[in-house]
Amino acid sequence: MKNKTIIHVENLTKMFGDFTAVNAISFEVKKGEIFGFLGANGAGKTTAMKMLIGISTPTSGTAQVADFDVYTNPDGIKKNIGYMSQKFALYDDLTVKENITFYGGIYGLSPRQIKEKRCQLVDELGLEDVVNELVISLPLGWKQKLAFSVALLHNPKIIFLDEPTGGVDPITRRQFWEMIYKTAHNGTTVFVTTHYMDEAEYCDRVSIMVDGKIEALDTPQKLKQQFEVDSMNDVFLKLARG
Amino acid sequence: MGINIKNISKSYGDLKAVDAISFDVKDGELFGLIGPDGAGKTTIFRILTTLLIADEGEATVAGYDVLKDYIDIRNHVGYMPGRFSLYQDLTVEENLEFFATIFNTTIKENYDLIKDIYIQIEPFKDRRAGKLSGGMKQKLALSCALIHKPKVLFLDEPTTGVDPVSRKEFWEMLKRLQQKGITILVSTPYMDEAALCDRIALIQDGKILKVNTPKEIVKGYPKKIYDISAGDMYELILSLNEYEHNYSVYPFGEFVHYTDKRNDFNLKELVNYLEHRNLKDITIQETQTTIEDAFMELAKE
Repeated sequence: MKNKTIIHVENLTKMFGDFTAVNAISFEVKKGEIFGFLGANGAGKTTAMKMLIGISTPTSGTAQVADFDVYTNPDGIKKNIGYMSQKFALYDDLTVKENITFYGGIYGLSPRQIKEKRCQLVDELGLEDVVNELVISLPLGWKQKLAFSVALLHNPKIIFLDEPTGGVDPITRRQFWEMIYKTAHNGTTVFVTTHYMDEAEYCDRVSIMVDGKIEALDTPQKLKQQFEVDSMNDVFLKLARG
Repeated sequence: MGINIKNISKSYGDLKAVDAISFDVKDGELFGLIGPDGAGKTTIFRILTTLLIADEGEATVAGYDVLKDYIDIRNHVGYMPGRFSLYQDLTVEENLEFFATIFNTTIKENYDLIKDIYIQIEPFKDRRAGKLSGGMKQKLALSCALIHKPKVLFLDEPTTGVDPVSRKEFWEMLKRLQQKGITILVSTPYMDEAALCDRIALIQDGKILKVNTPKEIVKGYPKKIYDISAGDMYELILSLNEYEHNYSVYPFGEFVHYTDKRNDFNLKELVNYLEHRNLKDITIQETQTTIEDAFMELAKE
């Protein structure tokens, strides 16, 4: 099952005027893989990710995401992926229940499916007591776990996570990763960016972007061997500091 | 001198953001306030910088009382808030000049103090602050917080969302500032940065879990921790969670940190259990406690 390619990127490039934000990157991600997408601030991660989720048209190169082409069928991509970022995930002024219903509707689920999913999700996350509370009143960790589950409502083939655990307490951060493992175990591909280098170790494979290019891509173990260091933090420092 | 905090509390409506907190920061110390979002870190900063009045308790900064001597405090502290709060439509140089003027000084007078940091953004001194990259904004904000040569420097999550390289550089800057005699209170959600402080306070839900040197906090951890790995990480976590003797199971990089309820136990037994669960390539070895282990243990209690 893990042999099917779900993201295929070749020479993908994005220019803003004279500035090359993403410079001919190429990589593949397999079904059910946890793929870490790392890089320094300003290395081009967000720009690359925007092209992959179909909201920014590349300048050149090719990319297929969940079997859809980023140029000709960005809407196909959007229907088949989930997306969650630390900065924006849920509507603070809607309740837990309303958020689930809203996103379910956006993703085209029927009212019955939404209800089923909602009950399942509320049960799994233990949110029974707060289902009618505004999301703004929830602790950050709960919010992030709920946002993650909501991004999976429509059983997407891939979930994109943009720094999902920033600022979250260490226990919740680990519960969050257990959810990520479970998701990948069930066959959904996980594409994740993070600044926590211990989280990079949780990924099956990791790519590191430096100045618009992918300078390293392998399993955490092989990257550590290649750079002759003990941790992903040191791999990162070695690469990004040159 | 330094900072003294005694029984400070602050509520927002029903929410107790800071709950009877006490700690001291010694003169010249680099002190870290370590905790997740919502722990109360920013509220403490705002009380100490006299931008917010506590409901209860007392505090002094550089010997000045936060209530009575608030004007003195404002003259003698530098504050870099978590959110970028310089003037976006002023240039780099104009921002710095503005802050120098407000404090009745000049860039020239205290240039020595900020030179290290400012020199890195000086090539862009005519650029508007709003157009700077994240790393450059951070350096400008720090320069502005230092331009009046403060006795105490408050830095609220200066490295949040910042990549590991820039974080490392930032901490090197802090160490140099400390050597110049400035007392520094810095907050961070990154537990690995705790080790770089002289002393730290671990904080969660408005309460202090512990104050001590990073070394002593790690030493106080009550259990032996084992690094466990196996071919399938997900199955490993599930299996350990279901093991009747487990005390804690936390993923930690390429390993799981495992502690056992029993003080004395046979590793062989655990290996057998994991093998029964069809796990392959099992490795178990004792490992060092980290601040993060200690934090999670204290947060659990």
